[in-house]
Amino acid sequence: MPSLKDLKNKIASVKNTRKITKAMQMVSAAKLRRAQDAAEAARPYAERMNAVMAGLSASVGTSEGAPRLLAGTGRDQVHLLVVMTAERGLCGGFNSTIARLARVRANELLAQGKTVKILTVGKKGREQLRRDLESNMVGHIDLSDVKRVGYANAQGIARDVLARFDAGEFDVATIFYNRFQSVISQVPTAQQIIPAKFEGATTGALYDYEPSEEAILADLLPRGVATQIFTALLENGASEQGARMSAMDNATRNAGDMIKKYTTIYNRSRQAAITKELIEIISGAEAL
Amino acid sequence: MAFQFDLVSPERRLASANATEVQIPGAEGDLTAMEGHAPTITTLRPGILKAVAADGTKAFVVTGGFAEITATGVSVLAERAVPVEEATPAVMESLMAEVRVAAGASDDKDAVDKAVADMMAARSAIGQ
Repeated sequence: MPSLKDLKNKIASVKNTRKITKAMQMVSAAKLRRAQDAAEAARPYAERMNAVMAGLSASVGTSEGAPRLLAGTGRDQVHLLVVMTAERGLCGGFNSTIARLARVRANELLAQGKTVKILTVGKKGREQLRRDLESNMVGHIDLSDVKRVGYANAQGIARDVLARFDAGEFDVATIFYNRFQSVISQVPTAQQIIPAKFEGATTGALYDYEPSEEAILADLLPRGVATQIFTALLENGASEQGARMSAMDNATRNAGDMIKKYTTIYNRSRQAAITKELIEIISGAEAL
Repeated sequence: MAFQFDLVSPERRLASANATEVQIPGAEGDLTAMEGHAPTITTLRPGILKAVAADGTKAFVVTGGFAEITATGVSVLAERAVPVEEATPAVMESLMAEVRVAAGASDDKDAVDKAVADMMAARSAIGQ
């Protein structure tokens, strides 16, 4: 049975914790709004880019001499997994769901006898994957100094990935991130970026191309990679804040429950002590 | 006659308005798009993009990207776009540095020189 003083200290400490989690939740709520706005603002560019590239790749993709970024290297041996996670923890299952998805994929590929290389973006993913896939790691990109993810960050990652591709280090690249659905639901997603895949290729209006279709495609494909990475980074940013918000909301509620429980115990034992003293006084008086 | 003009960069939408003509710095030479233009897709070189509307002309400094021209509108997807009024020497300097880095990724020395020359031309065009 803990003493009254212990209980009091315990309650005070849980109250402090609740204050912190409450503050973190509110900070995340503000950041989430900003992250959602950023994701919203980036959507028109990504959609247009995708539409144009889908049209182009539909007409060029099948021909001989299509760019390697679109057609691939013709092999399927070496896979690069770009695992994008957060720099910080305390955001529920956000980091572990991405890491788990990436680990399952990596193990699948390894079981098929493929070579797996892992490039991590964000500290938390690296920490989790390092445990069993350390030997497969080929690089890490640190974004911990970045306050707001900009297109320049995405370009940096894209340049890294493209340089490795040009050097023939891998055949297929896939990015892993959490797609934002709502505050309580983020979907871990794997998306193949090299060779490029486009959905909904529409052969709408026939365009004149200046310069040639092939030249435009060759110019756009690297940009497309950067755009996809940028979109993923923004989705990830919004997801992280959403996940942290709901995790901290839960923590705040749990702290409240705990305070209630300990206060009850505290009051009970205080009352018991008083009753005990009274009984002692009364029995003392009766004995006289 | 007015038609739709959109200018978007990866980070935000810079302009979405009516325009009567849009002057585009295409990779193979400047072109002006007006209503009823044949559907065209062209890549951009670093330069000045101008949108002429009934209520005035807006100019933007753009680096790479592409423009999609249809009979009813123009949408320009620029990697970086800055309104000319905001293009201070410091901003131009950073754009120039980005162009150098981006062009430097390729081994083609001519391409680097051309991109840098285009940037210089854009700078002198806005009087810096």
